[in-house]
Amino acid sequence: MNTSTTLQGPAKAPSEARHAAAPRCRPAWRAPLVVLALGALACALLPEQLGLMTRIFIAALFVLSLDLVVGVAGLATLGHAAVFGTGAYAAGIFALKVMPDPLAGLAIGIGAGGLLALASGAFLLRYQGFTFLMLTVAVAQIVLSLAQKARDWTGGDDGLSGFTVGPLLGHFAFDLEGRVAAFYALAVLVLMHYVARRLVDSPFGLAVRGIHENRARMAALGTPVYRRLLAMYAAAGAIAGAAGALSAQTNAIVGLDSLSFALSAEALVMLILGGAGRLSGALVGAVVFTLLHHTAASINPYHWLFVVGFMLMAVVLVSPAKAWGWLRRRVGAAS
Amino acid sequence: MSLLLDIRGLDKRFGGLHVTRGVSFQLRAGDRLALIGPNGAGKTTLVNQVSGVLRPDAGEIRLRGENVTRLGQARRVRLGLARTFQITTLAPHLPVQRQIEMALFEREGLGGRAWRSVDAYPALNAEAQGLLQRFGLRAQAATPTEDLAYGEQRLVEMALALALRPRVLLLDEPMAGVPKGDGARLLAALDSLPRDLAVLIIEHDMDLVFRFASRIVVLAEGAVLADGSPDEIRRDPKVRAAYLGTPA
Amino acid sequence: MTVLFNIAVDGLAYGMVLFVIAVGLSLTLGLMRFVNLSHCAFAMVGGYCAAFLVRQAQWNFWLAVPAAIIATAALGAVLEMLVLRHLYRRKELDQVLFTIGLSFFLIAATNALAGPQVQLIPLPPGLAGSVDLGFRTLPAQRLLVIGAGLAVAAGAAWIVARTRFGVWLRAAVDHSGTASSLGIPIRVVQCASFAAGAALAGFGGILGAELMPLEPYYALKYLVLVLVVVAVGGMGSIAGSLAAAVVLGVIETASKYLASDWGSLFFFLAMAALLAWRPDGLLKR
Repeated sequence: MNTSTTLQGPAKAPSEARHAAAPRCRPAWRAPLVVLALGALACALLPEQLGLMTRIFIAALFVLSLDLVVGVAGLATLGHAAVFGTGAYAAGIFALKVMPDPLAGLAIGIGAGGLLALASGAFLLRYQGFTFLMLTVAVAQIVLSLAQKARDWTGGDDGLSGFTVGPLLGHFAFDLEGRVAAFYALAVLVLMHYVARRLVDSPFGLAVRGIHENRARMAALGTPVYRRLLAMYAAAGAIAGAAGALSAQTNAIVGLDSLSFALSAEALVMLILGGAGRLSGALVGAVVFTLLHHTAASINPYHWLFVVGFMLMAVVLVSPAKAWGWLRRRVGAAS
Repeated sequence: MSLLLDIRGLDKRFGGLHVTRGVSFQLRAGDRLALIGPNGAGKTTLVNQVSGVLRPDAGEIRLRGENVTRLGQARRVRLGLARTFQITTLAPHLPVQRQIEMALFEREGLGGRAWRSVDAYPALNAEAQGLLQRFGLRAQAATPTEDLAYGEQRLVEMALALALRPRVLLLDEPMAGVPKGDGARLLAALDSLPRDLAVLIIEHDMDLVFRFASRIVVLAEGAVLADGSPDEIRRDPKVRAAYLGTPA
Repeated sequence: MTVLFNIAVDGLAYGMVLFVIAVGLSLTLGLMRFVNLSHCAFAMVGGYCAAFLVRQAQWNFWLAVPAAIIATAALGAVLEMLVLRHLYRRKELDQVLFTIGLSFFLIAATNALAGPQVQLIPLPPGLAGSVDLGFRTLPAQRLLVIGAGLAVAAGAAWIVARTRFGVWLRAAVDHSGTASSLGIPIRVVQCASFAAGAALAGFGGILGAELMPLEPYYALKYLVLVLVVVAVGGMGSIAGSLAAAVVLGVIETASKYLASDWGSLFFFLAMAALLAWRPDGLLKR
């Protein structure tokens, strides 16, 4: 075995024993199926908490889309709420002015999110690092200001409400207990998770991961770096738009907080908490954080901040990221 | 013998620093050209301009007849240019085989395919494994590149460049940092490069240079000091002055 | 005409407040590459300390303010030595997460100690009135803020350019490895810079108490503005931060006066334009 050299560290000798002969991706449907099973189980076990379940599924979808940008493409952003909120408002306005069919509204939300991401990404991706980060904040705040100004369309500070959401597939009306809403949100989450898995495991996803880890290397291989990143950014925007649309439809209201910096920051916190880059971490982080927020919400909102503040600091110091990573290496194969 | 790379009057400044002064040379198919010179002579800067990382202030770079001076790296790669980096430039967390496959997907124009999994391209998977086999890295196919020994990482650098099936290969100090004893596989890889490939290698190891190169270009302070066969260079008094400090 | 003058004065004052708070963050980011999203919490702490000392402890304003600044610096130094310095080597996202957590914690602590209401800092009679400049009268407070901001800028620039500490600072920013091998006490430089940044933030919180009301969510509410100033001005650049803060402060004030229903749109449009034009900072450090 080659011994250590000047620039790298000591070689890890028994790497052949630890890894299989060749890297293989797990089938794309496996993880989403687990999510479906767990989600359905949770809904079955806690039928009076379906509103919470729905919020968790929507949060998970939003953070999943953020993982594509931050974890896979390596683009730290604090403006992802812009695409979420745009999807939400698009779906709400569509339900109000055109037709109340939820799936059509979902498609509109996806399209709106994707288009905004495409347009803003075309500008944003010319920059990197801290500059890129701050520009994402700027774009999101600009979108927020425009939404605030366009009261006639968005309801301004009062929010967009008064739109009805038609029965799903023309048959399943949204009931007061929230069963249809929960099932709807879960189904969209599972579907989008599958799509995201396929994206990440494809040659395109591999290229984007390569760009994340070493942009210079990818450029030297002839990769059109900007184009690949823009495509991933747009795809993530579309998925976030779906989450926004779901939020609008299941809550029957859209507020300016769906475009807020606080939402972007919260999603980023959820993602880092669960671990970025693997998609599963996004889901875990979203679930854990939303559950914590919910259980602490009844208490004085400031005291909730004690809990979450302390937890975030502890998480970073004790670094469960290392624990997660160790766990993953034991359980799954690197793809 | 076809002219693959034609550099004419390349010139570049970094502020007040004149790093490339009117450099010209040519590469033909099958050439083994070594670019040598004292530290700071501007060798890597030159290679960076040829590969498209830096843009020259003046001069022309023709790749297989096409003027690529103002074009980006992607176009040059498509025309058959590939390079390695002096400081290992790999994606640290990706397994070795995936790293090679990345290059193969780009070469075949499949880098934008977003639906089928990377495992669903058996011909490319096999080619990647074959390339690893050639470099003796087959056993490390699933190892993240950051876990490899340094010498093995240099091998991956070279394998990546070759995966692109280039016509012109730029090697920036492939043996840099590799201890003498571990270099055998790298040397074997150098010896087994395709015959019609045009290779430009930057190296400091003179034994390697005289063993490998059919032509040597000496760069000093950004300008070409000498350009000729190894024997001519060995005897050139200007070269000896630049390296050894003896008067010309 | 009066409107333009008011915009200029209020905008300049607002810009100075932003500058004094942001300059510490700019230097911390530039020097230690440490993403400290709890920086605004120090501004909040400074403001709260001053408010407490003046109102509850009945201290003289001119004693309370320096005391509050020193207290904030002490808090910064303690946090740096105990916890934050272990994060310098960590990934940026980890730093983000930790410092956001710290902000949450400080927000909750502030609420627990002082309640959710806005804290006012009563000004001494000398500052509460107006100053007659001949062609206009100005609130004295605005004049103080502008003067203080300029003093901070001049003082910081002098320290960086002329003193030994400044030399150490610059060496540590440019080549920290070489600097430490030359015997420059990097740890001292880091801790002192961080404490100084916290102190300046605290001072800014006090200066800006009228424009940016002190309440527990302060720590996160104004974070974006401060980050914007740092980004547009360029990390590590004092002059850049000053220029960015003043320009953006005036634009934001102007838009509040002239186009209030557009919210902060012009602020962020200007910010995006400036950053796109000069991604490395206004004065390209």
